[in-house]
Formats: sequence, structure tokens, C-alpha cells
Amino acid sequence: MHAAILARFVVLEARRSGLPWLVAASIAAGLGLAAFLSQVAVTESLELQTAIVAALLRACGVFLVAAQVVTSTQRERDDKGLELMLSLPLSRSAYYLGRLAGFAACGAVVAACFALPLLLWSPPQAVLLWALSLGAETALMAAAAMFFSVVLVQLVPAAAATAGMYLLARSIGAIQAIAGGPLAEPSLPQQLARWSVDAVGLLLPRLDSVTRTDWLIYGSPALGAYGAALAGLALYALLLVAAGLFDFHRRNL
Amino acid sequence: MTRDERPLAAVPRWVWFSLALALAAQIAWQIARPQTPRAASDLPPPPAPGMLRLASFGEPAAAARLAMLYLQSFDLRAGNDIPYRDLDYRRLIGWLRAILAIDPRSQYPLFAAARIYAENPDPRKARAALEFVYQEFLKDPNRRWRWLAHAALLAKYRLKDLPLALRYATAIERLTTAPDVPLWAKQMRVFILEDMDELQAAKVMLGGLLASGQIKDPAELRFLKQHLEQLEARIKARNARREAE
Repeated sequence: MHAAILARFVVLEARRSGLPWLVAASIAAGLGLAAFLSQVAVTESLELQTAIVAALLRACGVFLVAAQVVTSTQRERDDKGLELMLSLPLSRSAYYLGRLAGFAACGAVVAACFALPLLLWSPPQAVLLWALSLGAETALMAAAAMFFSVVLVQLVPAAAATAGMYLLARSIGAIQAIAGGPLAEPSLPQQLARWSVDAVGLLLPRLDSVTRTDWLIYGSPALGAYGAALAGLALYALLLVAAGLFDFHRRNL
Repeated sequence: MTRDERPLAAVPRWVWFSLALALAAQIAWQIARPQTPRAASDLPPPPAPGMLRLASFGEPAAAARLAMLYLQSFDLRAGNDIPYRDLDYRRLIGWLRAILAIDPRSQYPLFAAARIYAENPDPRKARAALEFVYQEFLKDPNRRWRWLAHAALLAKYRLKDLPLALRYATAIERLTTAPDVPLWAKQMRVFILEDMDELQAAKVMLGGLLASGQIKDPAELRFLKQHLEQLEARIKARNARREAE
């Protein structure tokens, strides 16, 4: 119950902090950019518009939600809201999970808004799967941003760590493919580098396999693969929540 | 104005002046800056597909299309009477290959190769673009046949290279298996053989096509039967001419 109230306050804060305007501006920017680029394309102009708008809105969605989490957590700490909350009969877990649920709800709303313009070019089923995936991705990044905000305390390190993790998680598949390519030398340093990359890969979610633009262009994914990709996100979100709660409970406030 | 702001009159005049001056200088600087379009020689070496995939941050479909827009901006300035004439086609094809590798279902690189870059007046460059289309067709014939069909037409009418056109038409006929590949594409080989005066081979192929039962449309069936009869008449006339000689 306490957690639900906290989640509602987080959503209210996001609504009043200008997030809706930023969402609208992102959609307008995406549509404008797509309209411009489609004028230069000599073929596949509809696919180009879909790809550009989807890729841009995906990045914007994750950025807006992560930035909202980091700044809101920082403000809560600076305004001594955290101390006030914890002086009430409220467990640390309820506080942490309640706020995270609020941020995840913000992410779901952002994903739904960003999916609407894609209905101009793509079939509704593909857009629905894309939107659900974006909702899960923003929830995961909200968990990551909250974890880093709690652990690193300062705003800039938390934002940088969140952005770094996101970019790495989206490119780790390509990095592993390069490291394990047939042209790589079979030497010991190369093997070490490859093992290191594989080890990093084990600790990251595979964000390159979710919210894919090609679902919108070439048709919906196989439901088995889609479900497996989202299950991977859920598992990693669980890991982040557990790690965040662990640190939050240990912290001496 | 809110209670946190002071009135505009509170800003010193020299600050107003500096702001206006800096803004005017910025605009003047940008206007004076020469706008140099990218020339053909500016095309950098192609990236490895793995690097391009890495730079796409998991968005290969969007990255492939953006890379195509980037690529087609080279040597395409206003007043350029023959676009893409001076491009280094080895680099260009490397780029097209890398882009197709990260999004193999996109038709954009093949469209550009067959319809834009193969139109180059330099026959060596046109052939290089057509060869790229042929090589990529071999990897996915059922999806990419239309670009090789266009390449066959270019080889026949623009390059006047009938053996090359025949090679492409033969590949389409032999390697495509999808039911949506139209018969005109599969029949190209007949007409090219005919143009090469290989009447007997054309007759055998056309007869085989009719006997296979693949053609269902009555009008098309009638047209091809008439064509077969004409071919037989031409063969007969040629044989008679040879005997007379």
C-alpha cells in the first residue's frame, strides 16, 4: 500500500516536471527528421521513416526515463525527503520498490506515447510488440539508473554509469562478434581479450535483441524469441533491484 | 517576469551590446563559411561490417538506411551533370556490401547499385556495380532477383554485352525457386538467346517451359506458343538458307 502511494507521487512528480513536454518534443523531432530524410531517399522511404523515428524515439525514451530517475533521486536526497520518508513507519524496501514502480509506470506511459506515431507506417501488432518491449527496456533502465543513483550518490557519475551501461548493453553482441571473428589472431592476448569480452557479456542484458526496428519494417518477431528476450530483461531487472536493495539497506543515512 | 527575475532594464547596456554583437558575429561567420559539398574523392574507405554493426548500437535497420543516405551524398552536388562519375567504385562497393551485411533484408543497397551506380557512363564502373548485384543475388536469389533482372537489361541494352546479360538471366532462371518470381523474369534467358542468334537453344528452353506446366495464364500461354512457332519458322528458314548456300 505504501509502495503504491509512493509510486503515485513519482508519476505525479514526472507529470509536473515537464516530462510530457519533452515526450511531445521528441515525437515532433522524430517526425520532422523522418520527413526530411525521406525526401532525400531514393527508395524505401517509408521504411526509412519508420527506422529513423523508431530508433530516435527508443533512445529518447530511455534517456528521458533514466534522466528523470537520476534527477528525482538526487532531489529527494538534497531536499532531505529521503530522511523524512524513512522516519515514517515505512520500510526501506517499500520505499525503494515504490519509487521504482513509479518510474517503471512513467516508462510505460512514455513507451505508449512513442508507439503512437509508428502506427502511421507499421502494422498494429508489430507496433504493440515494439511498445511492450520499449516499456520493459525503460523499466530496466529505470532500475539501473536507480541502482547507480543509490550506489554512486552524485548525479554526474550516476548518469554517466547509466549511459555507459546502456550503450555497452546495446553493443556487446557486436563487440563479441568482432572479438570472436575468424580474422582474429589465435594468440594468448587475443584469447584473453575474448574471454574478457565474454565475461563482460555475461554481466549485461542483451538490449540489442529487444525493441528492434526490424520488427516494424520486416514483420513481428517469432513469439518464442520475443518472449525469451523480454524474459532476459526481466531477469536482469530483478538482479538490479536486488543489488540496489542490498546497497540501500546497508547504507548508513 | 516571476519574483525570481529582475526587470530587463537591470541588465547593463554593455551586456546588451555584447550579446547583440556576438549574435551578429556568429551569424556572419556562418554565412561567410564556404559550403563545400563532399566530392567523390572524399569517400572514405568502407568500414568492416562488424564495425558498422557496432556503430549502430543495436539498430542495424536504421543504421543501414542512414549509411545509404550518407553514401549517396558523395559526388552529388548541384550542377554536377553526371553524378557519381568520379567515385572510387571499389570503395563504393565495399560500403554497399557492408551496409547490406548489417541489414540483409534491405533492398536499398541493391536498388542503388542497379539503378543508380550502374548507370555510370564508364563501362568498367557500371560492370563493377552489376557484378556486385550478381554476387549479392547469389546469397538470396528469391528476394533479390529483381535487381539482377534489371542488371541483365542494363547489360543487354546499355553495355551491349549479351553474354553478360545471358549469365545474369541464366542465374535468375536456375536459382530462383519462390512462387512469386514472375515468369517474365524466368523467361528473359529465351529472348537473350534469341538475340544472340542461339535459336535452337531458345527453342529448347521455351519448349521446356511450356511443357513444364508452370504457365497457367491462357493469354501468356498463347503468346509463348506463337513465339515458339515463330522461332521454329526462323530456324527452318535459316536452315533452308544454309542449304541453299
